[in-house]
Amino acid sequence: MQRFLKGNEQNSTAPKIKGIRTAFEKGMNILFFLCGAVAVLFVLFISIYLIVSGIPAIREIGLTDFLFGDTWKSTSKDPQFGILPFILTSVYGTAGAIIIGVPIGFLTAVFLAKLASPRVAAVIRTAVELLSGIPSVVYGLIGMTVLVPAIRTTFQLASGATLLAAIVVLAVMVLPYIISVSETALTAVPKEYEEASLALGATEIETYFRVSVPAASSGIAASVVLGVGRAIGEAMAVMMVAGNVPNMPSLLESVRFLTTAVASEMSYASGLQRQALFSIALVLFLFIMMINAALAILLKKGKKS
Amino acid sequence: MQEGTIISARDLDLYYGENQALKKISLEIPERQVTALIGPSGCGKSTFLKTLNRMNDLVPHVRIEGLVEYRGQDIYMPKLDVTWLRRHVGMVFQKANPFPMSIYDNIAYGPRTHGIRSRKALDEIVERSLRGAAIWDEVKDRLKKPALSLSGGQQQRICIARALAVEPDVLLMDEATSALDPISTSKIEDLIADLKKQYTIIIVTHNMQQAVRISDKCAFFLMGQLVEFGDTTQLFSMPQDKRTEEYITGRFG
Amino acid sequence: MEPKSKKRVIYDRTLRALLWFCAGLTCLLLAFLIGYIFVNGIPHITWQLLSTQPSFRDDTIGILPNLINTLCLIFGTLLIVLPLGAGAAVYLTEYARNRRVVAAIEFAAETLSGIPSILFGLVGMLFFCEFLGWGGSIRAGILTMAIMVLPTIIRTTQESLKSVPQSFREASLGLGSGKWHMIRTAVLPSSVEGIVTGYILAIGRILGESAALLFTAGSASILSANLGQTLTSSGGTLSVALYMYVSERGELEVGFAIAAILMILALLLNLSAKLAGKKLKR
Repeated sequence: MQRFLKGNEQNSTAPKIKGIRTAFEKGMNILFFLCGAVAVLFVLFISIYLIVSGIPAIREIGLTDFLFGDTWKSTSKDPQFGILPFILTSVYGTAGAIIIGVPIGFLTAVFLAKLASPRVAAVIRTAVELLSGIPSVVYGLIGMTVLVPAIRTTFQLASGATLLAAIVVLAVMVLPYIISVSETALTAVPKEYEEASLALGATEIETYFRVSVPAASSGIAASVVLGVGRAIGEAMAVMMVAGNVPNMPSLLESVRFLTTAVASEMSYASGLQRQALFSIALVLFLFIMMINAALAILLKKGKKS
Repeated sequence: MQEGTIISARDLDLYYGENQALKKISLEIPERQVTALIGPSGCGKSTFLKTLNRMNDLVPHVRIEGLVEYRGQDIYMPKLDVTWLRRHVGMVFQKANPFPMSIYDNIAYGPRTHGIRSRKALDEIVERSLRGAAIWDEVKDRLKKPALSLSGGQQQRICIARALAVEPDVLLMDEATSALDPISTSKIEDLIADLKKQYTIIIVTHNMQQAVRISDKCAFFLMGQLVEFGDTTQLFSMPQDKRTEEYITGRFG
Repeated sequence: MEPKSKKRVIYDRTLRALLWFCAGLTCLLLAFLIGYIFVNGIPHITWQLLSTQPSFRDDTIGILPNLINTLCLIFGTLLIVLPLGAGAAVYLTEYARNRRVVAAIEFAAETLSGIPSILFGLVGMLFFCEFLGWGGSIRAGILTMAIMVLPTIIRTTQESLKSVPQSFREASLGLGSGKWHMIRTAVLPSSVEGIVTGYILAIGRILGESAALLFTAGSASILSANLGQTLTSSGGTLSVALYMYVSERGELEVGFAIAAILMILALLLNLSAKLAGKKLKR
């Protein structure tokens, strides 16, 4: 044993080396702290940048005209910058995606967590991971080549690039998030609850839906909120299938989302138009922050119970 | 089957995969009495209890041979409706496991599952069950409060009330007091004495004093076998088998 | 023996069928997406596509520049985020004493991971490309992506650090090693697979990203003479190129070919993440 501790003894007998070592440890501590602080700095930086660059246009246009104006004509001689169409499109589009995606995702999660045999569950879990790994432009491409023509012929429209197409694409895109977060919550439900229910003469299915699901409700709600965040923030896939016209939202018309409003004009915009795009980004950012807050609250609640 | 027998097991074998956990158990459980299952841990008493309402079905790779009858009905018959069996043979677990819902919803869960919807009928069942479990006076003013806010002993009595609410015939209790303090334990023991007027009760306990205090019949299990079964007083005063004697005198276990 | 009520039987069967249906639908959806991309894409993956740059004179399209850009972006981003993300995770699990500081950093990471990529693109463009005057360039893209994937790296590294048994740390400290020595020799080596999984996830994220890169790294498809030039000039990754070819030029065949390549890469990444995870379990 003595032999192994030799290095140590040297340290303890040489205060000079020990001093260097303490300083070194302190230095490492500070270095690692800085790495951690970087994340906080980034968030502050992004928030401040978006607020600072987003406010001038809102001031010039006027908050109510900007938020509630129903016409966006950024390049006309007498430009109008009302983003109500974008806000409503983002809200409707997200709501639509959630209405389609949540039931399918939720039921798949119940199946995965409760009903599936381990082997079947492994297959579906892999499928879900792969779905979440598909790039959004690939979703956009398939939406463009499959969904958009199908909508055009079904509803006999001039163009199938519509809110409906965007909703379907978004629904597929939020599916993996909803499945995996809900599944985690459902798997965490204590077995004892389910045993008690079965012992009372409930069937498996009754047990899952009347005991397990309510017990996992905050986690499931979190999955929905996460899905909302993803859907409202998606840009490229939506850009490729929604037609990108600043109409007030209607299921079978071309529409523009908050995200695509920023993306579609950014490359050529200048002056007030460009600043207005920053303001749209700010509005989007505020939406996302509200969703983040809701998510944090739900997840905390889930952990407590 | 003997007169007054409610559950009988004949040559019951149970395997977990390769392991045989129960060996040729034959036992007749009398109606409206308290039967205690005792034995050292791992002896198969809890496993046997769970075969009586088929909670063992939930364990993967479990295989059962032999016959278990409830009121003359083979409960391992392929076409048997397990929910029917479990409704009549209720269960209270070692660890109190109320649902994360209100006290009221906990008690009403079973009746609702079995199709009772009327508010009035449910109110009646909830009150009757809580009274039956001797906890009505403690919780009647806070039925809407979460059941998990109660103390451990109260939670266990809620679980008993919840089991009573589906009007079972038999009540299985799997070490239902082992996680509780002495006061709560004695409350539940009093309750059991009261309940046997209406229900057949089978309890698993590792506490021999408890078995003596509350049971009429007692079965001693050892290494998957039923060593001895008889009147509790007799089993504890004049055990027939040497192993029983060694166990109840505290030589092992 | 009274049977279960008809209502209960119907409830049971309907929901059971619905569960199977939805799970099946999810799998079918994936099978359709992958099948459709492969059927339409693989025939168009040619050697010429993979090995050349686009030429207007010959009217040919090649994605070699995009492949190189993608690789540069992945390596550049990982190079920056590796020390930063691992450092932050080490701080959170090993050093931090103050609960509030931990909560603040974790909250910041969560917030970052919730911000849509288009906003990263916008801020990246304003700061790196315009304020710093870098223009649309790979290096601007790299820094933007580093900020974007940082939370993923922090979270996965943190999880794998947490899974290192406390006894390893005690054993190391008990032998008299300093904290950093303990982390380097006892903690990091035993969590390396978890950290690798995090990087694989990050690669997947970079590979699939388009909105943030379009405005920071640009969309050019030209081969550069050397690495320095690659980093400082505009360049589109595979995903960005897919978008450009499909939306701006209507080249669906090239789009499907790139999509098929992206899908193959995504499958490989998923597989390698699984393998890393399996090793972790052992």
